[in-house]
Amino acid sequence: MSISKQDVKYVAALARIDLSDGELEGFTQTLAKIVHYVEQLQKLDLDNVKPTSHAVPMGNVLRSDETLKSLTQQQALSIAVEAKDGCFKVPLVIE
Amino acid sequence: MNLPQLTAHDLLDVFKSGKASPKEAYEDVLRRIKAVDPKVKAYVRPAKNQPDFKGGFQIPIALKDNLCTKQEEITCASRILKGFISPYDAGVVEKVKKSGGAVLGFANQDEFAFGSSCETSCYGPTFNPWDLQCVPGGSSGGSAAAVAADEAVWALGSDTGGSIRQPASFCGIVGLKPTYGRVSRYGLIAFASSLDQIGPLTKDVRDCALLLNIIAGYDERDSTCVNEPVPDYTKALVNDVRGLKIGVPKEAFAEGLDAQVRVSLEAAIDLLKKLGAVVTQVHLPHTPYAVATYYIVATAEASSNLARFDGVRYGLRVQPARARKNALVDMYEETRSKGFGAEAKRRIMLGTYALSSGYYDAYYLRGQKVRTLIKNDLDEAFKVCDVVLTPTSPTVAFKVGEKMSDPLSMYLSDIYTIPANLAGIPAISVPCGFSKGGLPIGMQLMGKAFDEEMLLRVSYTYEQNTEWHTRKPNL
Amino acid sequence: MSSFEPVIGLEVHLQLNTRTKIFCSCANQYGCASNTNVCPVCLGLPGSLPVLNQQALLSAIKVGLGLNAQINPFIKFDRKNYYYPDLPKGYQISQYDFPVAKDGFLNIKIGDQEKRVRIKRAHLEEDAGKLVHDNSGSCSLVDFNRTGTPLIEIVTEPDLHSPQEAYDYLNILKLTLQYLDVSDCDMEKGSLRCDANVSIRPVGQTLLGTKTELKNMNSFRAVKAALEYEIRRHEQVITAGGKIVQETLLWDDAKAQTQTMRSKEEAHDYRYFPDPDLVPFTVDHKLIDSVRAELPELPQAKHIRFLSQYSLSEYDANILVADRGTADFFEAAVKEYPSPKKVANWMAGPVLMELNDRKMSIYELKISPASLIGLIKKVEEGIVSNLVGKEVLTFMLNEGKNADEVIKEKGLSQVSDDSALLVIIDEVIAQNPAVVEQIKSGKSNAAGFLVGQAMKKSGGRANPKKLNELITRRIAGV
Repeated sequence: MSISKQDVKYVAALARIDLSDGELEGFTQTLAKIVHYVEQLQKLDLDNVKPTSHAVPMGNVLRSDETLKSLTQQQALSIAVEAKDGCFKVPLVIE
Repeated sequence: MNLPQLTAHDLLDVFKSGKASPKEAYEDVLRRIKAVDPKVKAYVRPAKNQPDFKGGFQIPIALKDNLCTKQEEITCASRILKGFISPYDAGVVEKVKKSGGAVLGFANQDEFAFGSSCETSCYGPTFNPWDLQCVPGGSSGGSAAAVAADEAVWALGSDTGGSIRQPASFCGIVGLKPTYGRVSRYGLIAFASSLDQIGPLTKDVRDCALLLNIIAGYDERDSTCVNEPVPDYTKALVNDVRGLKIGVPKEAFAEGLDAQVRVSLEAAIDLLKKLGAVVTQVHLPHTPYAVATYYIVATAEASSNLARFDGVRYGLRVQPARARKNALVDMYEETRSKGFGAEAKRRIMLGTYALSSGYYDAYYLRGQKVRTLIKNDLDEAFKVCDVVLTPTSPTVAFKVGEKMSDPLSMYLSDIYTIPANLAGIPAISVPCGFSKGGLPIGMQLMGKAFDEEMLLRVSYTYEQNTEWHTRKPNL
Repeated sequence: MSSFEPVIGLEVHLQLNTRTKIFCSCANQYGCASNTNVCPVCLGLPGSLPVLNQQALLSAIKVGLGLNAQINPFIKFDRKNYYYPDLPKGYQISQYDFPVAKDGFLNIKIGDQEKRVRIKRAHLEEDAGKLVHDNSGSCSLVDFNRTGTPLIEIVTEPDLHSPQEAYDYLNILKLTLQYLDVSDCDMEKGSLRCDANVSIRPVGQTLLGTKTELKNMNSFRAVKAALEYEIRRHEQVITAGGKIVQETLLWDDAKAQTQTMRSKEEAHDYRYFPDPDLVPFTVDHKLIDSVRAELPELPQAKHIRFLSQYSLSEYDANILVADRGTADFFEAAVKEYPSPKKVANWMAGPVLMELNDRKMSIYELKISPASLIGLIKKVEEGIVSNLVGKEVLTFMLNEGKNADEVIKEKGLSQVSDDSALLVIIDEVIAQNPAVVEQIKSGKSNAAGFLVGQAMKKSGGRANPKKLNELITRRIAGV
């Protein structure tokens, strides 16, 4: 397997990154090299190996259903790029 | 008295004796920053909020630019977060403040911690205090350089694949990555959630224990932070390694290791033997796959973690001059294309690829499985030894710009540090020599999960019997 | 006439009524000022981390058990990655391959037959925020209060074969969820939402046709209407030799038709992977048993029991079971007064009417099962008539008093005293000589008219039996 220009275009679109033609060319080259390098994992026989998501085994971490103070509207919107009517303002969304 | 040169524990003695006040120390360090930071460029931003000098340790500290601090701009050295003022404190920042920690400022790093040289920062590189032509390592390069250049008494960094240990090694200081779950990640801007840990960068091992005492412990806001008692780590500072078993993996001394690094490491091993440690060879057959595994797992998690930087709520928003698709999608794409640097884009795309339909099993799932094998290797090794010893990095600090055009060669410089992140175990880097060119060399010790004490004991003993940590760069 | 068979699957999203959100400690509350129930976690600020709400997990297990499903002994959370302004992290925390519950079912009735609708899975996830459309039309606004509301998504197998079946399934599902007390199930507030998948195939064919996904239905009636519309549309397209395009369509209730979404749909590649910020959960038998022990009797079981235990009619049982509070009230009342049929009549009649008039639940009414029985006894004892009894009920509800007090205060007790009634009767007889003549000539059923007149004059308080008796005697004696 190797990563093609088409693949890079596809993942860039998924990741909401707009690439110029030059960037597409460059990233395809470096990514192909990296993907080629990680291909070495295909050599390993992993049929009976369980995947590890967390190296330190943990489980059943739960929080009691009690409210804590939220931010105020002013605090929340203090980080906003743009705010209007108590809301975060964004470009028009078309459904 | 040159206060900025002191370690934290020496500084505490000075405060106790009344020879200087914490405020004087803080101001002296600020003066030092003013004097040398134009050359080193360890900091990206001074703290806006001054400490109140009331109670606690009051040690001047540098924070990596990825630790959320209330009412401070935090950017992860990325354009996409410029202007983001955090409305909250990270768990460790709360703890540092509670200990009286006097925050000096925010230290440079690779953008989103994506790098091993501090060169991918949107603020430009930090320079190695030992040789300004060289990188300080990364991603916590600013934190390491600040401590090495006496621009901070100690610092916090984060380590996903070696981002504390490798710059500590390059800058001749001590850096510890704690066991996964030992320190709260709440408020650490995530790179790879299952690998990230926050840890101390200090001038010596005692300071490392002191700072770990401050930051370790349970935080109910982080599901992956364990609720285990925190020992007093300074109690582990025992100058005695007699009878301790030190495992040396054959694989660590294979090809690709710089000759000078090898010589220093062998000398360190000999010294530990002389001090009574038992050195045994261990086998870690899957560590050669660690870098490949890491770059799948870490980038996959990163691609998702960085999706929130979309221009909708905070940070950067850019609308393109000319409409392409629709206003919203155009905004997303333009913001992320302008906001992220090349390495961030590369890793986001690599991670997206590893998770995408049709490739998940071949990449991400496989990566998680090899991770199991690497962890098993280390579990086996710890059946026969107390610590595993390797170089921290295959080379000393390299020249600025040297590896920027070849991402893969940059990735390979993390070959020794990555396994500890994949296995979740603690690891420390301590100075163990200098190259002919005067650049520091680091020794890495890895320990069993939650056995930071063993790492501190062995490195303390080594440090007490060597002089490397007392050397200072000429600036 | 139709030679096609519709195949329908439903996805229901239910907001759980926990105190706090699923992954943070903000209040899970509807109707607050925008962006006031938000914190670093539900705003997706850098560095924030999720921690699962214990009650959300317990409620999800409860739903699973209530839907006759298997509870997975190992569950985990996964990230579903996509971009939308109401999704602050750029991914939704959901469950992919280890949902809380799987392989459940609910039964619906088709005529006299019971049909099993299989439920494929029920999983926990977080709700998104809300897009508020700005009047200017040049931008959109986002309110993140709803972000992180615990949701359980309940997905059926494609077992439904008509809009009516879908409608019936939704009703029994909603009733079951209401019994479980995990949500207010209010579609108007969006706490229960339903999407539908529909395709058609020639009768007898097992292969499924191309499906379309229907969204934006705001009531079960709308789900039914949308399915009916869409099935007709599929039939027309296929009959005309065309092909159904797999897509998501929005139901327009005003125009009563489905519409293609304006935004261009991209190929979905959600890149699910285990959320590394959360740890896995094991659900052992002890926990499942403790949740099961607290399960209420569910509507279908209760319905069967009501029929046999109380010999109720199908109609009465349906009405009583349609609300858990009403059913509980009924049983408590029957304990006080073991005449289920009479209690059922009162419950299904006057009490239900009052509930509807007042738009209240039975818990909100100022009446206890004991005080209702107090009233029923007054009627049975002839202290008040049935008609006046209803009036007494209204007063009881308005004033929170018992039947005795109301009857006394308002002087509503039935007049059975001969001398008082005779005064009225004499008046009526005097005013209706013609009717009196008819009765005398043998048309005894004309007496009913006089009884009615007398009753009117008594303000409904006269004892009708007594009236009848006295009128007959009076006329016979003249």
